[in-house]
Amino acid sequence: MFSDYTSAELVSIFAMQGFAGLILFSVFVLMALGLAIIFGQMGVINMAHGEFMILGAYITYLLSSFFENNLPSLFSIYFFLAMILAFIVTAALGALVEWGMVRHLYRRPLDTLLATWGLSLILQQVYRSVFGAREVGVTLPDWMMGSIPLTDLVEIPFNGVFVMILTFVIAVSVYFLMFKSRFGGQVRAVVQNRPMAGAVGINTQKVDRITFAIGCGIAGIAGSAFTMIGSTGPTSGQLYIVDTFLVVVFGGAASLLGTIASAFTISQAQSTMEFFLSGSMAKVLTLLVVVGILMIRPQGLFALKIRR
Amino acid sequence: MLQVSDYSVSYGQSEVIHGMNFDIKENEIVAILGRNGMGKSTLMKSLMGMVESRLGSVALGPVDVSRMKSHERVREGLAFVPQGRMIFSTMTVKENIETGLTTVNDKKVPASIYELFPVLEEMKSRRGGNLSGGQQQQLAIARALASKPKVLLLDEPTEGIQPSIIKEIANTLKKIRDSHGLSIFVSEQVLSFALDVADRILVIEKGEIVREETRDSVDEKTIASYLSV
Ligand SMILES: Nc1ncnc2c1ncn2[C@@H]1O[C@H](COP(=O)(O)OP(=O)(O)OP(=O)(O)O)[C@@H](O)[C@H]1O
Ligand SMILES: [Mg+2]
Repeated sequence: MFSDYTSAELVSIFAMQGFAGLILFSVFVLMALGLAIIFGQMGVINMAHGEFMILGAYITYLLSSFFENNLPSLFSIYFFLAMILAFIVTAALGALVEWGMVRHLYRRPLDTLLATWGLSLILQQVYRSVFGAREVGVTLPDWMMGSIPLTDLVEIPFNGVFVMILTFVIAVSVYFLMFKSRFGGQVRAVVQNRPMAGAVGINTQKVDRITFAIGCGIAGIAGSAFTMIGSTGPTSGQLYIVDTFLVVVFGGAASLLGTIASAFTISQAQSTMEFFLSGSMAKVLTLLVVVGILMIRPQGLFALKIRR
Repeated sequence: MLQVSDYSVSYGQSEVIHGMNFDIKENEIVAILGRNGMGKSTLMKSLMGMVESRLGSVALGPVDVSRMKSHERVREGLAFVPQGRMIFSTMTVKENIETGLTTVNDKKVPASIYELFPVLEEMKSRRGGNLSGGQQQQLAIARALASKPKVLLLDEPTEGIQPSIIKEIANTLKKIRDSHGLSIFVSEQVLSFALDVADRILVIEKGEIVREETRDSVDEKTIASYLSV
């Protein structure tokens, strides 16, 4: 499949697809972070995580059209507001879902799987009723559409760089929140020994709710980023939840570095292969490689090396 | 200070603590002695809200804490040093103590805690799991003291700890009682330790209190007979 291109063209294709993959990478990292935080905290696999992401995407879409029609003067900065609002709204919905549903199902993994899957169907239907079945797209401000030419053929897209920086900032913030703050200490105490955490004075239910909300909020930001690479439909989240599971398993759950490395590998592989093959072939190949590596390293790329 | 009335605890269908009555006065150290499986840990955990009790009541001063969650009991002034210490092993010494600050508004670990356990200050960046058994016991006590309790519960603090350190723990408990002015309720199997620290001794057998002695009137032989197998 490479024979149709000259080697110079191949280099630029790989570079271009690599940069294009940066946004996919960011979406994966953010999605996986949220999923892993929630799973690590309460052993809940949130099947509706993709729908939380799509909520963030719809919010970005709403703000995009609102600013375009009503406040064109501020259009260039709407994306920042969209991300903040996406975080707040999805986090609030997450807290509501934890309170209304998830907390009643702790220690029942199968029931939570079913319940969150049911929730994902409900949310999809809600999106369909509110936004219609057609996919919607956002308009990006001009400055985000630009790119820095590197060579004649290779250009670095601004939006990719922007989302990368954003993801980096969020990953670092999550690290500080979990490992340097008092709240993070409470989270880790609950993860390690829930009854004992209660007995030293930690309100474990409150910690659960806040953690669930933060995990969902990060998915909302991922949704904002997602609008740059795809159009948003009621079921778009479904496509990403499987990939995200792949990233988490491949990276070794509970390892921040592993999640990032695995998100990078998988997004780059998919993005590059998509150029040469069809999208679904690219997915199948990625899956095969990941399964192959997991057979050699069942614990994932990075296993946690801490004495319990 | 702590008033336990008609108190029963069950695991499912099987009742393990049967209608207990006792109290612990202000500034008093009370030891509860009993062999393996007599219900010491069950009693301690349920006082802490970690095992549910449906019958009877526990009052801390004027406050009935019987139906409260663990963290609410901590807020009211109960603190717990569990059997096996149960420190958070992947977290540092300092982080472990800080978990005890959740219910009080302290930003930093109080200096008095490090004064009591200088070794913990030296090791504050080490992982809790890497400390020795005796150091972990000190850490568990420090973590409990961080919440400024009125009543401190300890479940077999001498278990698996060498004799010289046991003596040290006894001294520490007496020191804490005097300096912090709190009450201490400690479960034990080691009679000498109980005689060293306690003002009053209760004997638990099959979930019931079968004997109660003050330190001055205690008959060591009879109590020892309850502890031998
Ligand atoms: N989670 C549980 N479920 C059912 N029964 C339990 C449970 N924990 C303890 N028991 C039973 O309750 C009784 C009292 O146990 P407990 O652990 O309170 O004893 P203990 O006095 O602390 O013993 P040890 O000195 O060995 O620590 C025992 O018969 C034990 O088998
Ligand atoms: Mg016990």
